[in-house]
Amino acid sequence: MIKVEWFYWLVAAFFLVVAVVRLTDREAPRRHASAAFWALLAFTFVYGSAVTAGAGPAWVEGLAVIGLAVLAGFGLPRKGTERTTSDAERERLASRFGPKLFIPALVVPGVAVVFGALLANVKHGDGLLLEKGSATVIGLGVAAVVALVVAMLMFRPGSVAVPFQEGDRLLGHIGWAAILPQFLATLGLLFQAAGVGDAVKGITDGILPKGSLVAAVIVYCVGMALFTMVMGNAFAAFPVMTAAVGWPLLVQQFHGQPAVVFAVGMLAGFCGTLCTPMAANFNLVPAALLELKDTYGPIKAQVPTAIPLLACNVAVMAVFAFPR
Amino acid sequence: MWVLLAVAVVIVGFALRLNAMLVVTVAGITAGLISGMTPMRILETFGTGFAGSRSVTVFIVVLPVIGLIERYGLQHQARRMISRLAGLTVGRLLAAYLLVRQGTAALGLMAVGGPAQAVRPIVAPMSEAAAERRHGPLSEPMREKIRSYAASADTVGLFFGEDIFVAVGSILLITGFVDTTYHLKLDALQVALWAIPTAICALLIHGARMLWLDRSLGRLAGAGAPAGEPEAVTTGAGR
Repeated sequence: MIKVEWFYWLVAAFFLVVAVVRLTDREAPRRHASAAFWALLAFTFVYGSAVTAGAGPAWVEGLAVIGLAVLAGFGLPRKGTERTTSDAERERLASRFGPKLFIPALVVPGVAVVFGALLANVKHGDGLLLEKGSATVIGLGVAAVVALVVAMLMFRPGSVAVPFQEGDRLLGHIGWAAILPQFLATLGLLFQAAGVGDAVKGITDGILPKGSLVAAVIVYCVGMALFTMVMGNAFAAFPVMTAAVGWPLLVQQFHGQPAVVFAVGMLAGFCGTLCTPMAANFNLVPAALLELKDTYGPIKAQVPTAIPLLACNVAVMAVFAFPR
Repeated sequence: MWVLLAVAVVIVGFALRLNAMLVVTVAGITAGLISGMTPMRILETFGTGFAGSRSVTVFIVVLPVIGLIERYGLQHQARRMISRLAGLTVGRLLAAYLLVRQGTAALGLMAVGGPAQAVRPIVAPMSEAAAERRHGPLSEPMREKIRSYAASADTVGLFFGEDIFVAVGSILLITGFVDTTYHLKLDALQVALWAIPTAICALLIHGARMLWLDRSLGRLAGAGAPAGEPEAVTTGAGR
């Protein structure tokens, strides 16, 4: 069976290479501390295997994670020296390679889709060929490697170090934001364990007017959006809001069709995801990747869509979910 | 109720734009301490949470190959292709990308697109090239706006497309949670079908806003340089 852990080790290997690139980059500011950040991150990806398997104490990983946060607090990691082609060179290379340049870029989704959609259910021996529930991650990892091989054969850059310098250049733009999504997922777990969900449920129960269908629909949809904004993830909000409003009121009291109520409720949560920096992987990481000055740029582009769309969700649920 | 203080830490921290990693860490520790966890237990939760969420960071593995093709001129090639297509404005381009992203995600092809694989190397440079043809050299605010809109087309398309696909995480979560908690037998296909009305609304609303971008860029260009000569920052071909 192809295990997802192998691909976490692949990510760890990349972080380790970045640490070495940074360490040997004599012109980079604070290169030792930056290298320490990436090396520590590589450690968490490898040691994480032991933690998920229950083979190593989790507090070691936790300590490393706090260490990463402290380093990030000191403005680390810093960017390295950019060693890439100039604008004029790229213009010339683009006319030389032409549309062929798209081939490696298309190999990535091509291979990823084959794994995610086709190989996900293929059996091997007693179990599945790909570890259950991890076909997407495995597909992306394989796709990245295959595309890299294709690109290396096409361009022949002369040294195997080149793609890693280039990868380091892009990672430099992202910096610590690269692992912010993972941090937020961790915070979500802590919030859950600390009972934030129950507190929100208490508030919702308090403000809910009894007996009004439209009011209950609004509280469910808007509550999903707001709670998603706090947690950064509609998946975390769904069980809480459904237990507070969706099931007892909308389904049991008003006899709503469960499929409509829950499908649309989840989508109302997605409207919240569009508006929150807590959903860093969708909102902050793209801003870093696109080198935006305003890290909230994508959110500002999305809020004017999210608000009317939330109203649409309320309308769809109110009109189609209930018997008349 | 006091545990909501931790939520307040997050909101205030993000509003003041403090270092997000520190904000998150402090909020997590606050939540843990208020709910009576021991420091050791908090440390362990950080550890298991981080180890269990490694999958969200795997997108990093595409960076070497994307960086390599950028080195050989992918972004420039994307711009060249756009400059040949007369009549393609940035608004139309992004509306079309939104449709493609949503349509492919609805078929379960979530890997088509994404900020690292598609928006940075292809969609954003194409959008900028299309905007430059109509508005001349782009000012900083125009460039920021175009890139932000390109990122939003990718995200909105993904969110409101993938839920139409039956085997996606959110649908499995809905059926899994509801079936085990309330002993229903919810049909995943029904849940997926009821994502369609919202998907159509999302396409119409966000698509219209993408098309409207052509006009708002015109206003930004006018504001930047009243004499009809847009304020030139860079031609930006290198990004």
